[in-house]
Amino acid sequence: MDLFLQLTLAGLAIGSIYSCVALAVVMIYQATDHFNFAQGEMAMFSTYVAWTLIGLGAPVWLAFLLAVGISFLAGVIIERVIVKPVENAPVLNQIIVFIGLLVIFNAVAGWIWEFTIKPFPSLFPEDLGFKSELIGPHHLGVIALTLGVLALVFAFFRFTRVGLAMRAAAANPDSARLVGVSVGWMLALGWGLAASIGAVGGILVAPIVFLEPNMMAGVLLYGFAGALLGGVSSPGGAVLGGLVVGVLENWVGQYVPGGSELKLTFALILIVGVLVFKPAGLFGRVVVRRV
Amino acid sequence: MAFLEVRGLEAYYRQTQALFGVDFVLDEGSITAVLGANGAGKTTTLRAICRMVRTEGEVVFDGQDLSGLSTERVVGLGIAHVPEGRGTFVRQSVEENLQLGAYTRKNKADIAADMESVYGYFPRLGERRRQQAGTLSGGEQQMLAIGRALMLRPKLMLLDEPSFGLAPLIVQEIYEIMARIREREGTSMLLVEQNASIALELADHAYLLETGRGVRGGESSLLRDDEDIRRSYLGY
Repeated sequence: MDLFLQLTLAGLAIGSIYSCVALAVVMIYQATDHFNFAQGEMAMFSTYVAWTLIGLGAPVWLAFLLAVGISFLAGVIIERVIVKPVENAPVLNQIIVFIGLLVIFNAVAGWIWEFTIKPFPSLFPEDLGFKSELIGPHHLGVIALTLGVLALVFAFFRFTRVGLAMRAAAANPDSARLVGVSVGWMLALGWGLAASIGAVGGILVAPIVFLEPNMMAGVLLYGFAGALLGGVSSPGGAVLGGLVVGVLENWVGQYVPGGSELKLTFALILIVGVLVFKPAGLFGRVVVRRV
Repeated sequence: MAFLEVRGLEAYYRQTQALFGVDFVLDEGSITAVLGANGAGKTTTLRAICRMVRTEGEVVFDGQDLSGLSTERVVGLGIAHVPEGRGTFVRQSVEENLQLGAYTRKNKADIAADMESVYGYFPRLGERRRQQAGTLSGGEQQMLAIGRALMLRPKLMLLDEPSFGLAPLIVQEIYEIMARIREREGTSMLLVEQNASIALELADHAYLLETGRGVRGGESSLLRDDEDIRRSYLGY
């Protein structure tokens, strides 16, 4: 029973990181109808920025906050400079731009910081004042911090004027323009926010998977699985989907014979399964278009 | 100088030209109707004023040339567009839709007061303020679209077929409320309609469009009484 609980709690911790990635992906998807395949590599890059800041002597938390802020700006700039010029281009062109971003971030990170694996410090102290057999301090911190961040994001969208405008711009751009919303800037803001949320995920997962340019490859895949499971049209669903995927991944690893080798396969099976049997996900809306 | 002056307005959807030189003026506080058959360019005229299509020619509003401005900037000048299809934010609540209408304004107290006044004009929206806007009936969504436009405290309202797809009784109700809005707020309106008889009742002036060109214009009563025009253009 202890093992089961340990697995579940650790799954929730890693799952909450998947939730961050899933939410970032869904935010961009809602505004543009495309998956940002570079979301993981952007988060990886943010994590390297934090690592560099720590190397320069910044306290871990300051490095975290600065990296999240820098990621926000970088996200806005990427949207304005790279994504906006192709916004009316055919779907394939846009996908290729996203894949190009992925490759560029990966290569540039390897070029600047090399492909060697680096340890990354946890944001949370080893000693939290109590000991638990069930969950380690980093995992506990991850759950608390991500839930806090996600709550902030939801409050922003739910209760602020700009949050409402961003939802309106994503849902109905023409109508949003007609009430004076600058839809282009809302998109850029969305990219900034998504990059920040991704950065949180990257910095939290780095102490677990270690820092290297490919560290987000698996995380992004699980994030996609979470987003699809919850429903790409439902931010709340995506967050829940991320958590579920994290927990399921751990259970599969332990209880399915040979499962520890099959974790990533499981994520892919989940992605294919959802797309085939329930494309809208658990909480998504089925979009019906008149033709 | 007229409040809104449109001169030689041409509009293009990609390579296709939809307006071939439309001219008209609108005086402050007045209601002008733009009438015509399907495809005459009525909706395009409104979209051209809001800079939603590529245009040539001149649109001057309250002394300012609108060409070269973005749609958001035009809205910021006090032009509220009630679009074709109502433009409802279907997943947002009625209240959020109205808040979006006031997006360019800052004073929270004023916004709250205006929201109550919209609920005054449209009590049914008040009853449904927490409801998801997509669940409203067609008539209620039309009311919501007008309410959203009012939240801008507009100097000029552009209304695109407020009668579209609605039962005659609801159309009557909406037009009565529009008359009351004009009376109380003094808002100028540019009204596009296929339902010519009801539009001519409300409007002071009217212009007739035919395949992207203005063919006649003048006081509504003159157009209404002109037998030829009625038969050939207005179809009643």
